[in-house]
Amino acid sequence: MLKALVIDAGNCTGCKQCEMACSLENEGEFNAAKSRIRVFDFHTEARFVPYTCTQCDEAWCQQACPVNAITTDSLGVKVVHDNLCVGCKVCTIACPFGTVNYNASTGKVIKCDLCGGKPACADACPTGAITYQDVEQGGFDKMKVWATQSANAATYDGPNVPKGSQASGTGH
Amino acid sequence: MTACRPAEPEPASKGIALMKYVVLGAGPAGVTAAETLRSVDPNASITLIGGEPEPPYSRMALPYLIYGKIGEDGTQLRQDPGHYDQQRIRYIMGRCGGIDSRSKQLFLSTGETLPYDKLLIATGASPIRPPIPGSNLEGVENCWTLEDARNILKYADKGSPVVLVGAGFIGSIILEALYLRGCKITVVEVAPRMVARMMDETAGGMLGRWCEAKGVQVLTNTRVTGIAKGAEGGARLSVRFSNGLSEPADLAVLAVGVRSNTGFLVGSGVAVNTGIVVDEYLQTTAKDIYAAGDCCEGIDLSTGKPDMLAIQPVAVEHGRIAALNMAGRKHRHRGSLNMNVLDTMGLISSSFGLWQGAQVGETGKLIDEHAFKYMKLEFEGDKLVGAQCVGMTDHVGMLRGLIQTGFHMGEWKDKLLAAPERLREAYVSVSQRAPTTGPTAPHVKTPVVEVSHAGASGH
Repeated sequence: MLKALVIDAGNCTGCKQCEMACSLENEGEFNAAKSRIRVFDFHTEARFVPYTCTQCDEAWCQQACPVNAITTDSLGVKVVHDNLCVGCKVCTIACPFGTVNYNASTGKVIKCDLCGGKPACADACPTGAITYQDVEQGGFDKMKVWATQSANAATYDGPNVPKGSQASGTGH
Repeated sequence: MTACRPAEPEPASKGIALMKYVVLGAGPAGVTAAETLRSVDPNASITLIGGEPEPPYSRMALPYLIYGKIGEDGTQLRQDPGHYDQQRIRYIMGRCGGIDSRSKQLFLSTGETLPYDKLLIATGASPIRPPIPGSNLEGVENCWTLEDARNILKYADKGSPVVLVGAGFIGSIILEALYLRGCKITVVEVAPRMVARMMDETAGGMLGRWCEAKGVQVLTNTRVTGIAKGAEGGARLSVRFSNGLSEPADLAVLAVGVRSNTGFLVGSGVAVNTGIVVDEYLQTTAKDIYAAGDCCEGIDLSTGKPDMLAIQPVAVEHGRIAALNMAGRKHRHRGSLNMNVLDTMGLISSSFGLWQGAQVGETGKLIDEHAFKYMKLEFEGDKLVGAQCVGMTDHVGMLRGLIQTGFHMGEWKDKLLAAPERLREAYVSVSQRAPTTGPTAPHVKTPVVEVSHAGASGH
């Protein structure tokens, strides 16, 4: 059964232990700048949002890679292969979520790969804001519902949106 | 997904005749198209034609081959040597000599004539050879094909003097490869700055200063007036500039731009402007012929107008969309976002969309000349329409997300105009209110919470 990181930002206290755990697990050092999960801090709203790759079904990063260095594993996870990555960074601009980042010390890109099925961030999270659950639980949709409660959220009607759905913003 | 595709409204098909797809060109657009065709049509015959005697490879990977980060096998688009056989894609080599769009066949340089039901032209582009006297001498190379890269490796070693002609995007990528190979570089650019078609004066100026600090000689506002054989016992070539000076060089690399490969289409019924003309389904003016990638003028998302955006992600998008349309699954191409990322000897820069700014818009800037950091955001109304970054890579894809999705930034616009570096925060803030309809809406019904807030939907 496929599992995913479920982020319930409402439970996040901003302790950033997930960032430390991620960096230690994947880079062998405590360096939040190299964490693949990032906690955003909206202090005027007293709100924290853990943010990382959602493992897109048809991933932009994967499509854009010129040497097929990002593949999908049996868990549905998009994995960067260090032996193939040339460090061209096209995936870092192609991912519209900004969750693939360049690591200058290795000359390769890094992204969340769910730690091969045992995500360190979820283990480290003391409040259950980040859990690792069956996909059917619908973590992403839950996250969206939570997020609709945000007061400064915006609508969109960009050139990529089909005409019919424009300006249908908040309705029921 | 191997579901049967919906019946193609193909009047001529008798019984269960299999579709014959021919994909001309084996770059990212062609390979993606062939694979997409296979994924939606398990039975069709698919022929992929490469123009070079190599397995399908990525030009983008060549700089990394030049400085030894990867071997030749690392440049391939797909690593598994059995990939194309496994996909039942017939991969052949040949150049196209012409197309007869009435009898629906294609003539190859090998003498083979290939009939097709649907044809994709994905022939890419070729480097422009500037009319410089002496540019046919040994040691004057492009950096476009695998063969070019092999020649560069042959002529330029550690310590070799090299003249690079052109400091555009491609030139600048080659610059880094030659630098890391240990060459002694002079780069010559006609424009007043580096990467003039990707970034503004501030960013181009930073790149120029950075290069000079790394020991690269940067000559802007300068042309190459001629290339001659070098003196006996010295470097292979001598390259003369419009400023009257000249430099010895073991290798001169020409990178002054590319042009769509369309010469073979004369008389075919496929209309060509600067690239092949395509409609929003990537179909050409000839029936059952489609085009994708550098050879065609797809829609630029930022302007809504056709333009040749010769970048890898666009080639892949085109390849995929064209293939779906060829297979009868109508997909309208709404346009591709122009974007680039460049590593200039450790200084990383990127640009997105209308980086020159909207016609009527506002600009937020952050400049730190000493730290080589620059970020510029371009707004039209309260939407982000373009961006440039130098020395900043963290979560940079969010810029694409904001521009392409067309989020109304609401109150974040003023915050970003004052402090562009708050971009990531702004992104998470505005994007986390999910749209309830449209392509990125939830695929399952979720309860919608009533919200009322000022900067809500535009009109």
